[in-house]
Amino acid sequence: MELYAPIFVLAAIGAAFVVVSMVVGSIAGPKRYNRAKLQAYECGIEPTPQPAGGGRFTIKYYLTAMLFIVFDIEIIFLYPWAVHFDELGVFGLIAMVLFLVNVSIAYAYEWRRGGLEWE
Amino acid sequence: MSTPLLVTAAPTITENPPQIDYWLLSPMLVVFGAAVIGVLVEAFVPAARRRAVQLGLALAAVAAAFVLSILIVGALPADGPGETLAFGSVAVDRVSVFLQGSVLVLGFVSLLLIAENRRGESAFAAQAAAVPGSEEEREHVMAGSQHTEVYPLVLFALLGMQLFPAANDFLTMFVALEVMSLPLYLLCGLARRRRLFSQEAAVKYFLLGAFSSAFFLFGIAMVYGYAGSVNFAEVAAAVREGGGPLFADGGGRPLLLLGIGLIAVGLLFKVGAVPFHNWKPDVYQGAPTPITALMASCTLVAAFGALLRVFYVPFGGSAADWAPMLWVVAILTMVLAAVVAVTQRDIKRLLAYSSVVHAGFVLTAVVAASPEGLAGAMFYLAAYGFTTIGAFAVVTLVRTHENGPEAGELSQWAGLGRTSPLLAGALALFLLAFAGIPLTSGFIGKFAVFEAAMAAGAAPLVVVGVLSSAVTAFFYVRIIVLMFFADPAETGPTVVRAGLFTGSAIAIGVAATFLLGVYPTPVLDHLLPQPGTEQGESLVATAEGSAG
Repeated sequence: MELYAPIFVLAAIGAAFVVVSMVVGSIAGPKRYNRAKLQAYECGIEPTPQPAGGGRFTIKYYLTAMLFIVFDIEIIFLYPWAVHFDELGVFGLIAMVLFLVNVSIAYAYEWRRGGLEWE
Repeated sequence: MSTPLLVTAAPTITENPPQIDYWLLSPMLVVFGAAVIGVLVEAFVPAARRRAVQLGLALAAVAAAFVLSILIVGALPADGPGETLAFGSVAVDRVSVFLQGSVLVLGFVSLLLIAENRRGESAFAAQAAAVPGSEEEREHVMAGSQHTEVYPLVLFALLGMQLFPAANDFLTMFVALEVMSLPLYLLCGLARRRRLFSQEAAVKYFLLGAFSSAFFLFGIAMVYGYAGSVNFAEVAAAVREGGGPLFADGGGRPLLLLGIGLIAVGLLFKVGAVPFHNWKPDVYQGAPTPITALMASCTLVAAFGALLRVFYVPFGGSAADWAPMLWVVAILTMVLAAVVAVTQRDIKRLLAYSSVVHAGFVLTAVVAASPEGLAGAMFYLAAYGFTTIGAFAVVTLVRTHENGPEAGELSQWAGLGRTSPLLAGALALFLLAFAGIPLTSGFIGKFAVFEAAMAAGAAPLVVVGVLSSAVTAFFYVRIIVLMFFADPAETGPTVVRAGLFTGSAIAIGVAATFLLGVYPTPVLDHLLPQPGTEQGESLVATAEGSAG
């Protein structure tokens, strides 16, 4: 059980930090709202206009984000392969090429179906 | 000599590149390859020709994969259970190949149902991204748009379902679970009619499914902490010895019990056992009916296959711990779902609750933990799959009016036996099979699972099962009476003519329900260990040195 003590202590500190900082922030923090502050945060760019009444919002960012994830995962698997390229040999090379081909097919689908067109 | 049915092995780590037996993996590789080509077809083939290409590709791939599994099971050594491949992550034994074969056949029949096109209208939305009732949706309907992505998605789901019961370590099993579930979440939201309802079903299924995946994953973490490995053979060894390398003094039991419990939650959610069944009625009702048929047959087979493997192989040594839990779940499932089903007024919801009750029946065979239990469960799953696809195929044909949505309300089905006797007769056969009347596959299946549970000393479960069967028989027979002996309602439904695809699906369902009920011996013989050999204590064989 002693082995777990640091984990419990860390969990308690983490929970306390969340509670304390939110309570202190809500009591002590100044509240000066303006238009920019009330807008949705979209990485510092002009927020996408949203229809009144909570209508739909554009899917463009999601497509970009999903495409990013595809290549992000690809690079995660490429790193360890690149480090041990010489030891993994032909088997590793073929496995990696097959993996890249499969990932590219998802990309080809998005490209052909207009997912990359930003109007 | 023992006749173990399930194979397991630990990976041997070497510096040489692995020798993977692609032949034994070929049923899965074919389905995966076809799904990937399907995505390319979506990208490069003109829209007008996509449906034909996709359908041909999907049906050919599933049929080819089925033929390959038949060849593989024929080539498996007669005296041993099978092999593990790809660093001990996939087990190919009689059980997994049978379950894969069942998934493929049932998937083929479901694909027929999915492919049905009535005057250019499929069961799926013209443009799923368009707001229901919007101008954009109307434009796409007028233009006759179709989502042919449905076919590759179904193939990916089938791939997951093939891998799920064949996984030999927890991580492979989790990946298979996700590969199986993600396409299904999406497919659930694609219904052509009652689209908001369908989208609601998809969101519910996704949220609850993600939640259950989290339970499953957390359970894996606990078991890994206990055994120091996710491989089934090594977990099984740790359970037998009372602790892995970290717990030589036997102090890790809480971790193991937590792990078993959490993994059970994830798997019982997928089979839809009480108290993890709440998604089933909503999702089955909201999803496009062909997808409901796919989920009710193939997903159930795959999920039970995984459940059987997890409880028999890695956790086989601690049956005394999990058996009481499964007793409670099985009893709750059989009783609660049967009682709630009686009050249902919608045919799809009723079939969903019926599917929950059937999951309870199969669980009685899981509790038995014997070769007979395993065989009974597998026979039950395959037989039930054909019957349930047939029943949902009938549901797709009964509409409120020509070109209208399906008539779900049971009151509208009154007198259907007089207006369309063939269709009502087919449904009556399926319902009798669900109820377990002799001469149908349902009777043989129930007999097999209850006999196995009885032999394993689970008599109270069998008593509950028989009582629950009686309750379910009541509402199945009530529908039959409604169809054949009630006067047709004023606002009766319109029965649309069955197309070639739906007609074949119903015909296959009728044939399988009847044949497996009258002459089940070939299938049962194949599943049960050969008579004359002694039954071993363990269901599990450990393959040495076959990890490649």
